Amino acid sequence: MMPAAQENKEEYKHTVSVVTQNRLARIMLWGVGAIILALLAAFLGYILYKGLPVLSVHFVFGKSSDMLAGGGVGSQLFNSFYMLFLSMAVSIPLAVGAGIYLAEYARDTKLTRGIRLSVESLATVPSIVLGLFGMIVFVNMMHMGFSILGGALTLVLLNLPLLVRVTEESIRTVPKSYEEASLALGATKLQTIVRVVLPSAMPGIITGITLTAGRALGETAILIFTAGTTVSRFMFDTDLMAGGETLAVHLWYLLSAGLVPDRDQIANGIGALLIITILIFNFVLVLPLKYLQRKSGATMK
Amino acid sequence: MEQVAAMENGSQTMQFGSPGGHERRLFLDRCGRYLFLAAASLMTLIIFAIIFFVGRQGLMTFSAVSPIEFFTSAQWDPAAGKFGALAFIMGSVVSTVLAIAIGGPLGLLGAIFLAKVAPDQLRRIMRPATDLYVAIPSVVYGYIGLILLVPWLRDTFSTPTGFGVLASSLVLGIMILPTVLSISVDALNAVPRPLEEASLALGATWWQTMIHVILPAARPGIMTAVVLAMARAIGETMAVQMLIGNTPQLVTSLFTPTATLTSNIVVEMGNTPFGSVWGNALFLMAFVLLIISLLMILAIRHFTAKGVA
Repeated sequence: MMPAAQENKEEYKHTVSVVTQNRLARIMLWGVGAIILALLAAFLGYILYKGLPVLSVHFVFGKSSDMLAGGGVGSQLFNSFYMLFLSMAVSIPLAVGAGIYLAEYARDTKLTRGIRLSVESLATVPSIVLGLFGMIVFVNMMHMGFSILGGALTLVLLNLPLLVRVTEESIRTVPKSYEEASLALGATKLQTIVRVVLPSAMPGIITGITLTAGRALGETAILIFTAGTTVSRFMFDTDLMAGGETLAVHLWYLLSAGLVPDRDQIANGIGALLIITILIFNFVLVLPLKYLQRKSGATMK
Repeated sequence: MEQVAAMENGSQTMQFGSPGGHERRLFLDRCGRYLFLAAASLMTLIIFAIIFFVGRQGLMTFSAVSPIEFFTSAQWDPAAGKFGALAFIMGSVVSTVLAIAIGGPLGLLGAIFLAKVAPDQLRRIMRPATDLYVAIPSVVYGYIGLILLVPWLRDTFSTPTGFGVLASSLVLGIMILPTVLSISVDALNAVPRPLEEASLALGATWWQTMIHVILPAARPGIMTAVVLAMARAIGETMAVQMLIGNTPQLVTSLFTPTATLTSNIVVEMGNTPFGSVWGNALFLMAFVLLIISLLMILAIRHFTAKGVA
């Protein structure tokens, strides 16, 4: 009797400890979830708290100064968006083309596998390495110097793998029946892609473009040695060969080599400006698209 | 593909009849196909061009510096012709390993929470929140580290500067957290539900099921997440450069100001003439980074080829 009872007790104890473990694990997981959210909120809150008071029309659109306090970041803001626009204008057609090929044409051949591996590899190449590649090819071999054009072309390398992936994924979510219907009606493959597949995949592709654009806007390492750390003397200079310092590069440059007395203030302002832009790109621009996606998804069923 | 072939055959027979639109459409169809293929092949061309140009520029270093010196000496003094990159390599490796040690577990636990514990409402907030972590520019991470973390580390641990691998790895750990988290979530969600239910039905607790059934089943995906996070950490430049102290010396403690492959490229590239031994040595460091990241991609292929999830 005695030993059996003891055994029972032992077993009972064991179960209790396992149950407690289970409970503790759950508490820990909730804790981690809370930490992740709180950290982000604190991060964003702190940057906005420090930076928002600095933002004024003069700061956002004013000219920067090398030595004196009170400079703005107008040229840098312009350069950021100008280079983003140029790089997107080059990368979107290429990436959508490649994405279409991978989603619609590619069979499991050596060539396709090679292309897939290339896209994956390109996505993991550190951005500083892309920057140095741009420095060799665009800045030196093609004699572009540190310029908006050199920076924009190097940014293309960063955008391409991300855009190819979202295009391919968006196209794959388009129901096969759409395509089959179009082909059955006698349309060619190209007609089917242009008139049926791409329009259905468009919300997904545009979401991907917006998110990629947000990333490209904050990119720094790739641009220091291709677009440089100077800006044109003229405000809003669209000259492709002008110096192409962006907001993010300016923030880094100020902190590492800046001479202006109010550099902390300017840095705070740029931080807030970058975060606001990122928030707009991630939520304001993407939300209607997400809605569209959900709607078209619903009609598919 | 058969359809295309069939249509092409069709065009042969139709040549006699209608000379107009259909022919042209088939021609365009073929053109489109080749254009798409060209765009896709461009990706392969680009990656080879990167390997070729960065490699060629970097390997020129070896005409002046022996590989043994470059990889095994920690003496970096370009003015005296000493190009030993060991301190940078060690700096990169140590800060990457530390970053994984910090961000890896946090990301994995976060993934378990998001995939299996969090209620739907919270999940709807957490997914975009993790995307936002990725979207924050790395200079901003570096900046916050510089004005908040470094002074705090300096005062709390009474070190002279507060710069060093601990500062950079703490920030790196946060930066790689979303990478670990989002890929692990997908891996966890891909584990077939019956596996989980069978374990629960046998009387295992939820946590036992997680440890003994779900996590092992999701292992290939989780390994992929960790390797991708490592690739991101070792290639990260701006935040590290702002926090590590930028001194070419071997890591001896968490607070030794040191440098990594990436940070040293950013610091010194501006001062070196293009084509000099010094400049080439920096390109060689970039080439080392490139090779490491390509090896990581191959490692991921290896994991995913083996596993299910």
